[in-house]
Amino acid sequence: MKTIILKTASRYLLPLLLLFSVFILLRGHYLPGGGFVGGLVAAISFVLHAFANGLSNTRLLLKYHPRILIPIGLGLSLLSGFVPMLFGEPFMKGLWFPEPLPVIGMVGSALFFDIGVYFVVIGVTLTILFTISETTQLEE
Amino acid sequence: MLLAVLSGFLVAASLLFPGRPLKGKGSVLLTLLPAGLFIYFCSLLPQAAAGERLFFHYPWVPAMGVNFDFWLDGLSMVFCLLITGIGTLIFFYASSYLKGHPYLDRFLGYLSMFMSAMLGLVLSDNVISLFVFWELTSITSFFLIGFNNDSEASRKSSMLALAITGGGGFFLMAGLVLMGTVAGSYSVQEMIAGNALMKNHALYGVICFLVCAGAFTKSAQFPFHFWLPGAMKAPTPVSAYLHSATMVKAGVYLLARLTPVLGNHPYWSLTLMITGGFTMVYAAVHSLFRTDLKSILAYSTISALGMLVFLIGVGTGEAFTAMAVFVLVHALYKASLFLVTGVIDHETGIRDVTRLSGLQKVLLPVAVAGVLAALSGGGIPLTFGFIGKDLIYEATMRAGNAGLLTAAALLTNILLLYAGFVAGIKPFTGRLSEAFQDVHLPPLSMWLPPLLLAVAGVVLGLFPGVLDVPVVGPVVTAMQGTAEGIHLHIWHGFNFTLLLSAVTLVAGVGFYLLRKPTHKAELTIGRLGFISPQRLITGAARGVIRFSDWFTILFQNGYLRVYLQYIVLFLTVLLGIRYLGEGRPEISVSQFSEITVYEGVVSGVILLAILVTILTSSRLTAIASLSVVGYCICLLFVFYSAPDLAMTQFTIDTLTVVLFVLVLFKLPAFTKISTTAVKVRDMVMAVAFGTLITIIALEVLEEPVNKEISRYYAENAYVLAKGKNVVNVILVDFRGLDTMVEITVLTIAAIGVFSLLKLKINPAEKE
Repeated sequence: MKTIILKTASRYLLPLLLLFSVFILLRGHYLPGGGFVGGLVAAISFVLHAFANGLSNTRLLLKYHPRILIPIGLGLSLLSGFVPMLFGEPFMKGLWFPEPLPVIGMVGSALFFDIGVYFVVIGVTLTILFTISETTQLEE
Repeated sequence: MLLAVLSGFLVAASLLFPGRPLKGKGSVLLTLLPAGLFIYFCSLLPQAAAGERLFFHYPWVPAMGVNFDFWLDGLSMVFCLLITGIGTLIFFYASSYLKGHPYLDRFLGYLSMFMSAMLGLVLSDNVISLFVFWELTSITSFFLIGFNNDSEASRKSSMLALAITGGGGFFLMAGLVLMGTVAGSYSVQEMIAGNALMKNHALYGVICFLVCAGAFTKSAQFPFHFWLPGAMKAPTPVSAYLHSATMVKAGVYLLARLTPVLGNHPYWSLTLMITGGFTMVYAAVHSLFRTDLKSILAYSTISALGMLVFLIGVGTGEAFTAMAVFVLVHALYKASLFLVTGVIDHETGIRDVTRLSGLQKVLLPVAVAGVLAALSGGGIPLTFGFIGKDLIYEATMRAGNAGLLTAAALLTNILLLYAGFVAGIKPFTGRLSEAFQDVHLPPLSMWLPPLLLAVAGVVLGLFPGVLDVPVVGPVVTAMQGTAEGIHLHIWHGFNFTLLLSAVTLVAGVGFYLLRKPTHKAELTIGRLGFISPQRLITGAARGVIRFSDWFTILFQNGYLRVYLQYIVLFLTVLLGIRYLGEGRPEISVSQFSEITVYEGVVSGVILLAILVTILTSSRLTAIASLSVVGYCICLLFVFYSAPDLAMTQFTIDTLTVVLFVLVLFKLPAFTKISTTAVKVRDMVMAVAFGTLITIIALEVLEEPVNKEISRYYAENAYVLAKGKNVVNVILVDFRGLDTMVEITVLTIAAIGVFSLLKLKINPAEKE
């Protein structure tokens, strides 16, 4: 499926979709969205790129294997749960900065938890898809 | 106290780091751990003997009544001293016995973990923590028996031991939990305070059975005794420590500990007396037919354990005294004999008693230890064993049914004396054969421990007074409340007990002089193997394995379609029965809302797409039309204002199609495999299932909806979690822990896919 149109489009779609996925992730707390959907959208953006340009090019673009995102995400989520304990609160109690940041809005431990989910979802989806497509290509 | 109990675990964990230096000479340093603990417990001895209450409380899960409560009374004290005292000698001995072994550090790590677990077991006042430590001793014992893991026999024996003691552990757990429920507390002390409640409770018989099952498996009582001879595959220091002096006595300890709670009841006394009595005679007779030194010792250990259980069952003050003394006597002489055997094995490589003789010429200090231990074990006057044996006779003669009990004890003692002599004296008498001419004495660390133990057995016999107030008395107090009139004497005067002792001695020694252990006898008993408990129980276990194999293959045959069939069929039948039983479901069509144009169109598209999926002969088409179904459902979600769900469903569907396309490359060309009959069957199943689910979905509408939960989330999402999107707030805040676990599951799935597909099995390794 290596058409010129798709190839060119994917070059612009990849950053756009990634931006969109971050947007979905951040708005999750107030409007439909969140880490899970955001992660899926981000994963789709890479899958689209892989379809247009071939998996090896996407791997080159990524530099690291996406599986590295899994422990990073899990760690981030877990840490965000432990942070409240430093302040004597129970595990995973929501903590918030009093003032909202520009663009992002309210920042709290739940946001970091959601970012962790986002990373895990990207990592898991891409690892599964890349692994499957690599194995099928090898055996052809 | 918590540190004292857990120090073994800490030391074992710290052994991971230095590694190499501790494999060499440094390993002797580890002896300091049990030695230090021994001194610590000795320092508490005067307080415990004075009847002071030594209770240490460390909360663990206080909300559920589970705590580290350590209670050091007379009974715990005896066991603590045995564990740490003999442990010191064993550590010292093992550092030479396994010198140069590549896993010496691992071995000592297991030993210290075991020691900690054992201390925790005998000190726990809380039955839940007691059970945890109980299981830990089984597990460390498993590792120690299978220490020579390149030998198949070792591995088998360790599995057998774990299966038996672990299986007994389940019974024990059930028993302890029941006791806790009946007494309303998991504390042994509180159970003792409310023991009348326990004895009159309807569940008393069940509790009694469960606790006994746990204790009997651990302490190798008939018919569960056979794991103990197998456990002799462990290195000899382990046999001496775990399978003679301490761990196998855990069952005895438990029975003694619970005597004030459950004792003084015919169920309890009869069970213990019959099982213990039968075991002691059975195993003592069995020891006659063995020629391997460790086997002889194993059977005589089983017999001695039987004796201890029997004495607890007799349940009089004399019996408890006899038990307390016999625990010490047995630990001292049997550990010593095991260590002597270890030296013989280490230096000559032979454990066959028919081939060993004359070793006193080359291994003199070991010979002294062996002979002294055998004398104490045989109960020759002036040894500690003599006092123990006298007390046993006194206990049996004053109990009901004295004739029978005394006869059983007499027979056992004669045979135990014989076994002790064969193991401790026979290798050190007679002519030294030429094969053993160049056997030389091992280093001091190997002959000193058995000698110390054996000498202790004699010294305590000469001065028994040093033990009665500080050690033996408190044990009896712990078991029956008072210890009046408990005094250990070396001389009881001319009476019937002395006559019995004399008979034991004469008969035992005479028997030893007349009969020599032979291989022929061993073969004879081997022929009876087909009715041995071991054969029967392992046979039953194999039957269970065969059944579970058959059962697993029936349901888990590896075809996804078959799994689905079973699940759907099961559910359909179950729900169908329910509807048949309860009559027609109530569905009121009048309450349905009107169908809008959009909904009608989307439903029509779904139906069309499903038909295409079923009828097409191209995989790509099937997948594409399936995704049409998915997207239509997304639309339905949008209609019913669930945008989060719709978004997620949409992306997931997209990715699923991608995944399918990727896998499609791999599949062979589409062929029709199913016959018409199979298709019809599948259709019937699918239609039935679909209909049922529809009926249920409609029926749910009839139920009054409980909106309390959703209202709570809607009201509190912003107040408590500062979010306006309730769905997301639930995911990351209210039920954050669930999400945490879910992403962990995702991770595991990814690792699974990755490793399954990347795994390249060498064709040669594929079994």
